Amino acid sequence: MYHIISIKDFERAEIDELLDKAQAIDQDSGPFTSLNGRQVALLFFEPSTRTRMSFASAVARLGGSSICVDSVEGSSISKGETLADTVRVVSSYVDVIVLRHPKEGAARLAAEFASVPVINAGDGAGQHPSQTLLDLYTIRQSMPLEGIDVGLLGDLRYGRTTHSLAYALSNYDLTIHTIAPETLELPTSLKDELLDRGCEVVEHDDITDIINDLDVLYATRIQRERFPDAASYYNVAESYRITPELLEDRKEQMIVLHPLPRAGEIDPRVDALPCAKYFEQAKNGVPVRMAMLEEVI
Amino acid sequence: MQEEPKALLIRPIRDGTVIDHITHGEALTVLRILGITGTTEEKLSIATNVDTRIAGTGGLKDIVKVSNRELSKEEVDRIALIAPNATINIIRNYLVVEKIGVEIPRHLRGVIRCTNPGCISNANEPIESAFEVAPNGLRCHYCDTVISSDYAQHII
Repeated sequence: MYHIISIKDFERAEIDELLDKAQAIDQDSGPFTSLNGRQVALLFFEPSTRTRMSFASAVARLGGSSICVDSVEGSSISKGETLADTVRVVSSYVDVIVLRHPKEGAARLAAEFASVPVINAGDGAGQHPSQTLLDLYTIRQSMPLEGIDVGLLGDLRYGRTTHSLAYALSNYDLTIHTIAPETLELPTSLKDELLDRGCEVVEHDDITDIINDLDVLYATRIQRERFPDAASYYNVAESYRITPELLEDRKEQMIVLHPLPRAGEIDPRVDALPCAKYFEQAKNGVPVRMAMLEEVI
Repeated sequence: MQEEPKALLIRPIRDGTVIDHITHGEALTVLRILGITGTTEEKLSIATNVDTRIAGTGGLKDIVKVSNRELSKEEVDRIALIAPNATINIIRNYLVVEKIGVEIPRHLRGVIRCTNPGCISNANEPIESAFEVAPNGLRCHYCDTVISSDYAQHII
């Protein structure tokens, strides 16, 4: 049985194959029938809008139907049931389980107890492989993943999307540039892992030093609660804001990505620029998740 | 000058296991890892801070003798985390019949607690903690947290 738990479980060839599959789906007007007569459980024990809706949309487009659990309240978990028991029971109702859970490693545990394939839709501060795959897919739509300069901007310490993405990017021959406020830098253990995997990682203090050399700028949300007071947050947030002026001398092929939701990191005026690909990125969630569902079924 | 009388700190055992060259101060932790407590039935002899001439030990070691129980390699490998230089002697009728070193196993189940409070292995689930040995320490099988030092502190 095949589960999708962490991007770390993927070899580069497997990533490429999944992205090719997503591309084929994207270019095909359908109808798709691979989930005809099949049911998928969307177990979302943590709030989610985009991930949950795009998985539901992916299931429907493949001809399947989905059963949703939207929160811990009202579920058997609130009565003290273990996740292990929940997935054992749900396995007997459906053909695939898509799981979002607040605890790190929850999807790995679920895969050990489920009798149907499990797809991780985000576990706490841990892995979020479908987001990573759609990030890679969006980059690949604009340029090859080889020989490029990718900037990761914002909260690189706690952001799970950037951790997974950085790891996935280290499969390719490219350079990662990190631009993060003090105390929110990439964790040393992850940086060491990237270097061990032969990836070039360059740290910068100021986005203006590197912006004109980047092919991809991946921005993430800087959360206010990470700062001791509002003033220091606003100071940092302002210096990490992406504006049309900042992007004036960018490379021609350069693209701006963001996992969304954004909270002021990207000036709305950027939306009109051709480099703004974050809504396209969100849209890509559907074909990428369709490819993932087809892969595990 | 009168020579100090030579005496054995602890008596030889007839049958069982002697764990020698344990990092000094870790004998009790070794017993904990092996699941030997005050309520189990083994006859034990423990010597701590015994003089040793082996380099790199600070001149001291601990020794544990367990009578009438031959520990398996899997059991003793678990102690390699905190006593990497330990040697295991299997004793039958007062003779050492087997002498083995310890090796850190590739997988550890139920030995170390994950340091990440958000890890599912620390929740009320029917699983044991699980770690894989990585170049930079022990990596949690569930959440990828790496523990790279003070293993003894995290032993369950």
